[in-house]
Amino acid sequence: MSDYNFAYLDEDTKRMIRRAILKGIAVPGYQVPFASREMPMPYGWGTGGVQITAATLVPQDVLKVIDQGADDTTNAVSIRKFFQKTAGVEVTERTTEATVIQTRHRIPETPLTGDQILVYQVPIPEPMRFLEPRETETRRIHALADYGLMQVRLYEDIARHGEIATSYAYPVEVAGRYVMDPSPIPKFDNPKLDDCPAIQLFGAGREQRIYALPPHTGVRSLDFDDHPFTASKADHACAICGSGTSYLDEVITDDDGGRMFVCSDTDYCARRAEGVQ
Amino acid sequence: MNAPMTRLSGGFAHPAHDSARGFRAILSAMARPGTIGQMQGGQGPAPISDAAATVLLVLCDRTTPLYLAPSHDTPELRDWIAFHCSAPLVAPGDAGFALGDWAALQPLDRFAIGTPEYPDRAATLIVDNHDFDAPAQNLRGPGIKDRARLALPEVEPFTANHAHFPLGWDAIFTAGARIAALPRSTEVF
Amino acid sequence: MYVAVKGGERAIDAAHDWLGRAHRGPAEQPALDTAQIRDQMALAVGRVMAEGSLYDPDLAALAIKQARGDLIEAIFLIRAYRTTLPRLGASDPVDTGAMRVKRRVSATFKDIPGGQVLGPTFDYTHRLLDFRLMANGELPASPASGAEGKPLHAPHVLGFLDRDGLIEDAPDSGETPPDLTREPMELPADRALRLQALARADEGFLLGLAYSTQRGYARNHAFVGELRIGAVTVEMDIPELGFSIEIGEVELTECETVNQFKGSKTEPAQFTRGYGLTFGQTERKAISMALVDRALRWQELGEEDQGAPAQDPEFVLSHCDNIQATGFLEHIKLPHYVDFQAELELVRRLRAGTEDAS
Repeated sequence: MSDYNFAYLDEDTKRMIRRAILKGIAVPGYQVPFASREMPMPYGWGTGGVQITAATLVPQDVLKVIDQGADDTTNAVSIRKFFQKTAGVEVTERTTEATVIQTRHRIPETPLTGDQILVYQVPIPEPMRFLEPRETETRRIHALADYGLMQVRLYEDIARHGEIATSYAYPVEVAGRYVMDPSPIPKFDNPKLDDCPAIQLFGAGREQRIYALPPHTGVRSLDFDDHPFTASKADHACAICGSGTSYLDEVITDDDGGRMFVCSDTDYCARRAEGVQ
Repeated sequence: MNAPMTRLSGGFAHPAHDSARGFRAILSAMARPGTIGQMQGGQGPAPISDAAATVLLVLCDRTTPLYLAPSHDTPELRDWIAFHCSAPLVAPGDAGFALGDWAALQPLDRFAIGTPEYPDRAATLIVDNHDFDAPAQNLRGPGIKDRARLALPEVEPFTANHAHFPLGWDAIFTAGARIAALPRSTEVF
Repeated sequence: MYVAVKGGERAIDAAHDWLGRAHRGPAEQPALDTAQIRDQMALAVGRVMAEGSLYDPDLAALAIKQARGDLIEAIFLIRAYRTTLPRLGASDPVDTGAMRVKRRVSATFKDIPGGQVLGPTFDYTHRLLDFRLMANGELPASPASGAEGKPLHAPHVLGFLDRDGLIEDAPDSGETPPDLTREPMELPADRALRLQALARADEGFLLGLAYSTQRGYARNHAFVGELRIGAVTVEMDIPELGFSIEIGEVELTECETVNQFKGSKTEPAQFTRGYGLTFGQTERKAISMALVDRALRWQELGEEDQGAPAQDPEFVLSHCDNIQATGFLEHIKLPHYVDFQAELELVRRLRAGTEDAS
């Protein structure tokens, strides 16, 4: 096993994944079943994203991998190394330099461009799963666009808590048709999904689903007229770069529970701190 | 380039890299309806264009039933496909992919448009030797900022196909080394 | 001044170094040989082959060694390797009736053609720790019985019931079964696909489900019509030759259960079947598989849906794969700072709202 095919996967598998991606692009927000392969990293570690990236990379690509917004989190490091080894592509931590970005749980703060592809790792692709565990039933729900169950749940939240009590993996409606799970990004990131110039691809390996958002697709976070969607974050500025508009991680700094807030997007923060922004 | 075409020639020089680049060209076309891209690497016997030959090499294999419309149903091309992609040749209704000139692909209601539960089980039409200089139509929908334009052979079939959304076939247009695409999500107006 | 945590790469390298040392154990002890694992831990090897869906005792032994004895990790190593192998073709269905049995028991008939063969079983051992194995690792060699490895004419026991029409027919549909590893799972799944999923399902999960049917959650009154373990020949049809040739031999465990009969005023009563087939000597798994297979067949047999877990194909098939399960379960230890932060903000906001209201 010293000799891998380019980007690890065999050509038959890549063709199968590529066909699924194209159908996903043609039907935005619809989850295309695909014959996900067992990868040399566990399900749950991003095997769906890794398979999409493997099927999408060309030798000239510059790859960035982030987990929780950061390039240096252990699993991001591990996935980046995997593609350095198997595809020999150039890697970067700079959002602006990357042509393909694989992410877990965040959309970069720096606006994406039309020359980029954003690949999301998805744990549970089915937005209705926690309301209806059966695949046979959720498939029917999507076929009929019968999303009443979701509306009811969101409304129950409002009745009980005064607001929709979903803070991440906040469901969206795509191009006026499919309700889609945007992966567990904080709802702060949801507005970035809409009208995004980059191609956005979503891969769920264990659940064997691929879905996609072509550039400039209309993506609406579900809400009600009297309770409009709001993107929220910690009400602080970053302690490192001072940004008041980026998504923040809370860090516990001492035994007394002292805390501070810093950007979750490490590249964005570092560029600002260097004064490059 | 000028060597005689045989069933063995015209494949990818570097299969992994060439298919990766080919896929990105198709992805770009499908994700941005109306955009015309470059697509080469494969070469098949006439009348198939290099772009369409490349699409077959990138996407088709023994698991993808392919329909050859009369314009493209030649012994030479059958041989070339058998050697390079092994795609089983089937009737229109069973096809995952269909290849031919626009006129030869008619009537289009023979092709799979998916089911409400599985809209992905729909055919992809490879409309070869497309006239990119035909009158351009206005397009809007996912993948398009405001409005795009693309030469289309007709308007009505695309309007009718889009009306079935999320069902419908998806079209790839090829000629020479050029490629464009029109997924079912695109509205022609 | 706070500096964001860096060093993910160094941490991974250090962890891998530590793992390497822990893996080897004290240097003064001899390292395990994979041949020893293959031959002396053959039941672990069988399980790894069965759930890894790859028949290769040497690679299974290597995986067990590399996984430090964690069998699910070993199964994962085998699966990840298996998925990279080219598919050259499909074998003919194996003929388990021609199995060279080393163990074969029937719980339904006292005597059967070919006889009952206990074989190498723990069944009647007294579970007393044998400290001799610890002292110097050797036991006095047992005298060979002479019965080992002899071909045995042993027709399937259920065939005798079938001949009298006492058990449901199991005709060969002639259809090519779907391949779970090359196509996404589609629900509802037919029996061929279900059996495929059960054959590589987690032994513990199937054991629990099978046990639940015995305790009344969709009880189907199973008798072990026959359990047989042994080697079968694998043949492959070579179109260029126009006939099949032998390409090797695999050890299998097959369990056929005879279950609760069905019938009505118009239809004569008939026993029904459950089926289990697994790689290696893996009889707990094969019996469990047969019971769960039978429980999942309630609909086609016109039985009542009792709402039991073992009757629910979607539940069983979606959760029986231990590589999927362990991956998703364990992934919750990966960083979730971002989504947790979002929850933290939400809970703070909701609490503030409650305090304002009170």
